[in-house]
Amino acid sequence: MADLQAREPLIFELSRPGRGAGTQFPPRAAGSAQVPAHLRRAKAPTLPEVSELQVVRHFTRLSQMNFSIDTHFYPLGSCTMKYNPKACNSFAMLPEFLGRHPLGPEPQGFLACMYELQEMLQEITGMQSVSLTPMAGAQGEFAGVAMIRAYHRARNDAARTEIIVPQAAHGTNPATAAMCGCTVREIPCDANGDIDIDALKAAVGPATAAIMLTNPSTLGVFERKITEVARIVHEAGGLLYYDGANLNAILGKVRPGDMGFDVIHMNLHKTFSTPHGGGGPGSGAVGVGARLRPFLPIPVVGKDGARFRWLTERDLPQSIGRLSGFMGNAGVNLRAYIYMRLLGREGMVRVAQFAALNANYLLKRLQAAGFEAAYPSRRASHEFIITLKRENRLYQITAMDVAKRLLDYGFHAPTTYFPLLVPECLLIEPTETEAKEDLDRFCEAMIAIRREMETEPEKLCSAPHTMPVRRLDDVRAAKQLDLAWKPTA
Amino acid sequence: MAFIPHTADDVARMLELIGVQSIDDLFDEIPAELNAGALGVPPSLSEMEVGRLLSERAAGDGRPLNFIGAGAYEHHIPAPVWAITTRGEFYSAYTPYQAEASQGTLQLIYEYQSMMCALTSMEVSNASLYDGASALAEACLMAVRANRAVSSRRILLPRAVNPTYAQVARAIAGNQDIVFETVDFDRAAGRTLLESVQPFSGQEVTALVIQQPNFFGSLEEVDELTDWAHQNKILVIAVVNPTSLALLKPPGQWGSATGGHQGADIVCGEGQPLGVPLASGGPYFGFMATRMQYVRQMPGRIVGRTVDVEGRPGFSLTLQAREQHIRRSKATSNICTNQGLLVTAATIYMSLLGAAGLERVAAASLQRTADLVAALSRIAGVRPAFTAARFHEAVLLLDRPVAPVLAALARRGIVGGLDLAERYPELGHALLVCASETKLDVDIEAYAGALADILQASRAAA
Repeated sequence: MADLQAREPLIFELSRPGRGAGTQFPPRAAGSAQVPAHLRRAKAPTLPEVSELQVVRHFTRLSQMNFSIDTHFYPLGSCTMKYNPKACNSFAMLPEFLGRHPLGPEPQGFLACMYELQEMLQEITGMQSVSLTPMAGAQGEFAGVAMIRAYHRARNDAARTEIIVPQAAHGTNPATAAMCGCTVREIPCDANGDIDIDALKAAVGPATAAIMLTNPSTLGVFERKITEVARIVHEAGGLLYYDGANLNAILGKVRPGDMGFDVIHMNLHKTFSTPHGGGGPGSGAVGVGARLRPFLPIPVVGKDGARFRWLTERDLPQSIGRLSGFMGNAGVNLRAYIYMRLLGREGMVRVAQFAALNANYLLKRLQAAGFEAAYPSRRASHEFIITLKRENRLYQITAMDVAKRLLDYGFHAPTTYFPLLVPECLLIEPTETEAKEDLDRFCEAMIAIRREMETEPEKLCSAPHTMPVRRLDDVRAAKQLDLAWKPTA
Repeated sequence: MAFIPHTADDVARMLELIGVQSIDDLFDEIPAELNAGALGVPPSLSEMEVGRLLSERAAGDGRPLNFIGAGAYEHHIPAPVWAITTRGEFYSAYTPYQAEASQGTLQLIYEYQSMMCALTSMEVSNASLYDGASALAEACLMAVRANRAVSSRRILLPRAVNPTYAQVARAIAGNQDIVFETVDFDRAAGRTLLESVQPFSGQEVTALVIQQPNFFGSLEEVDELTDWAHQNKILVIAVVNPTSLALLKPPGQWGSATGGHQGADIVCGEGQPLGVPLASGGPYFGFMATRMQYVRQMPGRIVGRTVDVEGRPGFSLTLQAREQHIRRSKATSNICTNQGLLVTAATIYMSLLGAAGLERVAAASLQRTADLVAALSRIAGVRPAFTAARFHEAVLLLDRPVAPVLAALARRGIVGGLDLAERYPELGHALLVCASETKLDVDIEAYAGALADILQASRAAA
């Protein structure tokens, strides 16, 4: 059973007037007198007044109320929760890297790493150019769709504002299209998870800006008709956007550029193992083919002879512009670079191989235990979907119940209720860094939970039982909004 | 094999259970003609070899003495901040969707939101955005949704706002037909005058952006600008430096009730000064706070305190109906993540410093910049550009082009500031400098000595 820290008061409740972490304070300076009185703050903000040990203990204890990759198997589908090597953090935190101001003289050592990262990402994806600037997958998507729009505009083809997405697309795809001033047209998939080609043919036309695809799709299967899809969309004058959410599944096996894609964003925090950090920072590098190169977001690292430098609007006057205050999440990119150098060409091919091995093994074991695969006729990619619709009918058990009960068994829950079109689904992604024993333990927990469905279903409906809290009242959270602590006096 | 635990025996047993001969058989649904072949990337290195490579490259970049701010500020970072932030339980956790197994991250974000509300004097804060520049872009989009009194999509964007922020706002918000109107700054004072916005009185305008301190480090007259905006049904978007808020009037108290209500409507900015290293530009985090009445227009994650089925307090992500995974194309933004790890660092930083410590950091930074400006201005050919009161940054005017001077300083291990020639050509030979509490007398003397030498040598050569 999971063994987490039970409770911890708010840091504000530890606060006492006059207490503080004095060694962290700089000497008193007269400075404030130079601020005109009407622009000065009248009353100090209510921040905690606590000792350094209290701070260390409080946040250490909070950390112990979390599941994480370092402590628990985390088979969260679509999120690629693989091991984050410690070396990536240690070397990225070398003092020279940390102390470097982004607007200072161009640091050749750091830029060499970024240049090589761009080149490796180009090679892996089959793209011609890469920009590392987008700060997360969603911003990479934004950059991709903005480039597609800029491309059509530059060709005086600005009426192309429709983005085609499969029904199973991640929510960011339609949200991104809207942010770029585009509309979304959804097309269905067939019973085996492939795109409905007739629906695609009916959907494309003079308004088609692009199709956004994840391949393998969010259904955990490879889109087998991808070459035909590419031909149909290109012949209609549209472009192909590759959502790199599932790049881990094909690393070294097949390249999006070879499949016909014109632009791709990569989630470096998934495939290239930079930390998820409790929800960020990510990094959403974008790669493009020749057609979209002029529109890349800036800055991009270029090379003049032996010297590296940032390419800016002067070099790329048609760029869609800047997306961050400096050059994106530089430290995340550095971690991805270190990871890729550790793996090298031998290691990268094994990523997809062993991710697929683990996923297909887990799928087969769960099927043998009586769980129903959503696409039983298909190979799993690096992840797969179990549907609990039968269990739901028989025992009134939901996917959420199973997810919560897994926490009691010491496993982070798989992704639930995504993709939306598969009822009561669990999207399971073990990643390549998990050992067979851990997959087996997960299966045994699922088998035990299956037994509980029949014998003590109430144990599932009321799970979790061993976490710091039981199920939370989300309705109350949204209705009686309590979003910040306030002093009572 | 790098990070792959499988033994040959494991592989054999797993393949047998799956019912295939080899791992490659698992890819039999991928059309053969698409096979990638060998990747043209370098061979694998051991951790020791990568460590050597990175250390050499880092050492080559050196550790110059830095006097640039311009949106990223060097402050002392207490040792506990990153020691705790890089604990695996924070570092390697995901977005807290499974609230019961993520109470640590969730409570931390709630504490962060509380601290940001206290600093800004606003009612609600989100769990962070990507960075300060993109936070302004999101604030502009949010203002369009929030300001129902006007139907235009015009935003007044002073030139004294960080020009990169303006570029980012245009790149991100420009695709939604938002028009940015430029507002000039006063050449003598180095701030935005009320007279410059008044031509927009009575017009349909969505929002006015006020950066305090502005890009030049000058303090804006935030009260009169806020009142003018509110009198004209224009929302105020405040862009603020969080360190400065220990000292400066918080945006929630800008203006008076004469304009209808007191305070900025949306507050955003760069969170990096709160315990995040410069690190070549990221990862940092953007913050955003607003009035309760606009909370449903705010982008990004928000954590709320609630109770569990036994009535015990607990925390969860809330108001998710605004977000992309529920609303899809109708979402407030496509943003998924926040910058969780950086928020972790900032929350620990603010806890260690408290209001008293942060006020000392702010006051010391202001003082050190004043000392720097005084020391440099004593050199022939150097003078301050503006008269307005400052926080911890200032524009200096040189009697010759800045770029060669900065190059000469760099050769002496000093990053002497930001050349404004491209961003503000009308200012002439303008140099933006910054000093924080990290700069000692000896650093300022070293800079002043080097600058005096370089200018003198340049004059002698001419």
